[in-house]
Amino acid sequence: MIDWPSAAPAVGAAFLASLVEVVEAFTIVLAVATLRGWRPALSGAAAALGVLAAIVVLLGPLLDRVPLHLLQLVVGVLLLLFGLGWLRKAALRAAGIIPLHDEQAIYERETASLGAVSGTTRVAAANWIAGMAAFKAVLLEGLEVVFIVIAVGAGRGLIWPAGLGALAACALVLCVGAAVHRPLSQVPENTLKFGVGVMLAAFGVFWTGEGLGVDWPGQDFALLGFAALFLAGGLYAVRLARRTRREIAA
Amino acid sequence: MSLVKAVVRELVGMFVADLGLTLALLAVVAGAAGMIDLLSAPPLAGGVLLTVGTLAVLLLSVRSAAARRAH
Repeated sequence: MIDWPSAAPAVGAAFLASLVEVVEAFTIVLAVATLRGWRPALSGAAAALGVLAAIVVLLGPLLDRVPLHLLQLVVGVLLLLFGLGWLRKAALRAAGIIPLHDEQAIYERETASLGAVSGTTRVAAANWIAGMAAFKAVLLEGLEVVFIVIAVGAGRGLIWPAGLGALAACALVLCVGAAVHRPLSQVPENTLKFGVGVMLAAFGVFWTGEGLGVDWPGQDFALLGFAALFLAGGLYAVRLARRTRREIAA
Repeated sequence: MSLVKAVVRELVGMFVADLGLTLALLAVVAGAAGMIDLLSAPPLAGGVLLTVGTLAVLLLSVRSAAARRAH
């Protein structure tokens, strides 16, 4: 029986992180579908989903054999590296130091690139190249989703609830994408990435500490404290980046 | 082959967004582990070092990236 209140942070982190990744993959799949039709787009995406499912099926039982403290430590450190990487990038984007992720620009670039290919290539070959583009996009973005689901779920046996969070994000993006039939450029990608970075960094410190033998005060509720701490730290990082840029420019 | 390269690049990029950030975080984790295992400090003290160190690494990394790009 799943304890949903305890599972909520893992499900929420998997849902939000997957939302970011699925929106990015959807942009490429839509570009492929617009130029070459839905058949190569969906074939490529389905093949990639099959590979990702195989990775989860193969990795799941292996994780059960790893001692819990070692698993928590390794997953915690990987989450710290991944989460802080996202938080750092989101803070730099929010401060205007690096440009925001632009789904419309990516869509136009991908469409132009596939259009150039199909203009000089036979139909079958052009469809194959387009299908491979969809396959690659879904596989690469999906790898991050698989890691996040395993990472936030493995330490407490919450892989399935976290997986449901990721699937819900996929369903939401597909429904909205099918309705509007254009890149989802209105999604506040950087805000989501900032929020997910906060959550993953909180999970990272929590798991790494548990892996090292730390008995956090408040047990699972400590996660909320870490999330609040990284939220404040991330917001301060944005101010710090803006101030640093102003000082150097002056 | 380019697909394999892309997968490897993606996997490395997931955990090494910035080499300085990655190395500094690993140093903080090693410091917390050493404090608990080698110096026999209370585990919670190692946990505090881990939390404060991680936040400090984030702020220093963002500040240094902002300074680098502003020049």
